[in-house]
Amino acid sequence: MILGKVIGNVVSTIKLSVYEGYKILVIQPINAKQEPQGKTFLALDTVQAGVGDIVLVMDEGNSCRLIMNNTTAPVRTMIVGIVDLIR
Amino acid sequence: MQLGRVIGNVVCTQKVDSFNSIKLLLIQPLNEKLEEIGDPVVACDTVQAGINDIVFYEGGREAALGLKNWFNPSDLTIMGIVDQVSIGD
Repeated sequence: MILGKVIGNVVSTIKLSVYEGYKILVIQPINAKQEPQGKTFLALDTVQAGVGDIVLVMDEGNSCRLIMNNTTAPVRTMIVGIVDLIR
Repeated sequence: MQLGRVIGNVVCTQKVDSFNSIKLLLIQPLNEKLEEIGDPVVACDTVQAGINDIVFYEGGREAALGLKNWFNPSDLTIMGIVDQVSIGD
């Protein structure tokens, strides 16, 4: 899992049916000091995160399929937590 | 998942059997500001995207799962057409 900051959202009407009902957010990966690091990417939201939130991002397909309870979902990146504090 | 813009079609007569009836599109990867980053790539289409559409696509094992027949060698598959990207509040 990696840390990231939600910087935007993506609206999509026509998409694969397994994506329906999930928000798609734009994530900027951050380092331990909460500085931006690396390229942005998109992730499905399962925890109602919003723009500005620091989030925990799962970047592994089988874990996402387990969360979605769907063994064949073509999903690799998912927001699985909202971070309150990094010490 | 990454954002990209469809910039062309790829027509291929001789291809792996599992790619039959799959449309191949040329995609220019974009960043969150919809600026071009990196070199164009070829992706399988599942959502009937057309030229100039902004799409999001997935790579790796998930690319193969995006197609109807999972047992295929796809490396990138378009998962949806983007209507709008908003950055910030």
